[in-house]
Amino acid sequence: MDLAKLSLSDQAVIASAALILFTSFIMLAQARIRPLIYAFAWQGVLLALITALVALVSGQSHLYISAALTLGLKAFLIPWMLHRLAVRLNVQHEVEPLANPSILLLIGSALVIFSYYVSVPIVQFSTLVIRNTVAVSVAVVLLGMLVMVARDKAIAQVVGFMSIENGLFFAAVVSTYGMPMVVELGIAFDVLVAAVLFGVFFFQIRASIDSLDVSRLNRLREIDE
Amino acid sequence: MTSLWLLLAIALFGTALLALIGHLPYAGRVSVIISAAKVAASLWLAYGVLEHGPLLSAGKLFFVDAFNVYLIVLTTFVGFTTAIFSHRYMAHEADVRGLGHRRMRLYHSMYHAFLFAMLAALVANNLGILWVAMEGATLATVLLVSIYRTPESVEAAWKYFVLCGVGIAQALFGTVLLYFAAEQVIPNRDDALLWTVLYATAGSLDPTVLTLAFVFLLIGYGTKVGLVPLHNWLPDAHSEGPTPMSAILSGLLLNVALYALVRVKMLVDGSLGTNLAGHLLMGFGLVSFMAAGLFLHRQRDIKRMFSYSSIEHMGLMTFAFGIGGTLATFGALLHMTVHSLAKSALFVTAGHVSQVAGTQRIERIRGLIRTQPALGWSLLIGTVALAGFPPFGLFASEFLVLTATINSWPWLALPLLVGLSIAFAGLFRHLQPMVYGEPPPGQTPVRVNLLPVLAHMVLLLWLGLAMPGFLADWFKQATVLITGSWDTDELL
Repeated sequence: MDLAKLSLSDQAVIASAALILFTSFIMLAQARIRPLIYAFAWQGVLLALITALVALVSGQSHLYISAALTLGLKAFLIPWMLHRLAVRLNVQHEVEPLANPSILLLIGSALVIFSYYVSVPIVQFSTLVIRNTVAVSVAVVLLGMLVMVARDKAIAQVVGFMSIENGLFFAAVVSTYGMPMVVELGIAFDVLVAAVLFGVFFFQIRASIDSLDVSRLNRLREIDE
Repeated sequence: MTSLWLLLAIALFGTALLALIGHLPYAGRVSVIISAAKVAASLWLAYGVLEHGPLLSAGKLFFVDAFNVYLIVLTTFVGFTTAIFSHRYMAHEADVRGLGHRRMRLYHSMYHAFLFAMLAALVANNLGILWVAMEGATLATVLLVSIYRTPESVEAAWKYFVLCGVGIAQALFGTVLLYFAAEQVIPNRDDALLWTVLYATAGSLDPTVLTLAFVFLLIGYGTKVGLVPLHNWLPDAHSEGPTPMSAILSGLLLNVALYALVRVKMLVDGSLGTNLAGHLLMGFGLVSFMAAGLFLHRQRDIKRMFSYSSIEHMGLMTFAFGIGGTLATFGALLHMTVHSLAKSALFVTAGHVSQVAGTQRIERIRGLIRTQPALGWSLLIGTVALAGFPPFGLFASEFLVLTATINSWPWLALPLLVGLSIAFAGLFRHLQPMVYGEPPPGQTPVRVNLLPVLAHMVLLLWLGLAMPGFLADWFKQATVLITGSWDTDELL
């Protein structure tokens, strides 16, 4: 591929996509809670930026609304809520020991390669920009899942959950210029409610197991012995 | 059209009203009245659709045809009978478990919010709105699962939230892919996610992208249906929450998720021209059916046991929709109805049973038929109906599915029969001592309201013995919609 031949805005889109992927990797390996939330906020900022760029390039004016919505919700409101919760639960300085960060990052890289492989059939009729960005969006979804699998702290899991949503939104923006407005508003509403409910759950979990380590939620078994 | 708006408005009104007055002693009664109003509105809607054919709202936001209208009626009906049960049951629970005003308001309000989400998912013409409503259903119920604040219930709610959330995220990705395929051929972007438009253009959608989309949608909505191996959240969420929630989760949510899957299958079939989607559904369905039957044997909690039975039945329906064809689809549609009725009746009974015994542990529930004969008989007859004995409706539907299997996949009839007997044995080995055993000393009856159970059993009997003509006609219309034809040869 020849990046230099692309227009400036396309190059900007690809560069921001790379940065979004980078923030996903930060979330994977960042053991401290506060920088983890900041990484998530940066991902939201980049997502809003890329949405505005795509809106500029494609002339799809409704994407500006999505960009504003993303900026407000994913870059400010939800990170702020998470941060406030972390402070109220007094875990903002906590460090979650990761067993094997390097192996985790290697698995993450493997997932990125896998995403490029998966996206081949989707992007066959598309341009170079879309080919890269769709693969990156799939990678962000998979990395978000990896965060949820690998991390035990409830806040880290929520950050993973929300970054899965970021990946899905990213996929919609780059492959189809976003979803119809009514759907996008509905999804934004769901995400907001989910964020509030997660906050409620942090307190319930702590009241029940005296910790936010969800790996200790292990009373229910598939088969009772 | 008015009836549809009215139905949704009543559900929203109920959510708002009960958020304000849910803690008052008569809130349960208000909830029953609102639910009754919903049933009336849905019957009006059904009458309109039956008389004048499919309904498309202005702005193409909502769409009602023979397939979803009967699920709408079923949803409001089960919502209504469960509200009758919930009225007295929750008053008792509030006393025993010390649920405060806030939690009672939350409970009553979210009960109607959940029903609103179910109805919105059913009537939505837009796949994206369907997704939003399905996620909304999770959000409305997740706090109810943890309403007792025990460590188990908080764990169950967290699992429910996270597993369903991640699962259904896959469905959103599938929806994006579908939109991507549709956008290439449908000129107006805003129309590209509408069922009505998609069905008309199914043939020209790109098959590769659609296959990929179907896989993601299957994983996403399959999580909600409770297909093995995506079922882990289901027994926990169904067993730890308050019993009325278990009844409507098992009776309604699973149906609506399966409805979404079948709609998507209709679309994918139209595009691919092969039975790939059907084969995937058959595989997942059969695995769920067999695995859940085996899990049934190892359960020690009465509500968990019935949850696994839900997985088993959903597996059977998924399998039947996968086979396709007139007979299997007709059987699956009927099974959706009768399973909802039987399962919600059984959860209602199980709720009362655990109040009598003071526990949900099966080994400590004994001698119901002596302590409280009405309850013992309800549990016994309900389970007999659930296991698919004649003359109840589940016998008819399971028989149809079995016949269809013998017609098109003869060798699959064997695992199906084995699975049915495994599930039957699993239910009855637990049931027998609970009903007939020696009651523990000091076990006393509680005030129960078995009206919902009775109503469901009468309906099940009616559906099993003589299905009314208009209902058969209705299922027929839905079958034609799903399979595209009414093959009378298959019925002989």
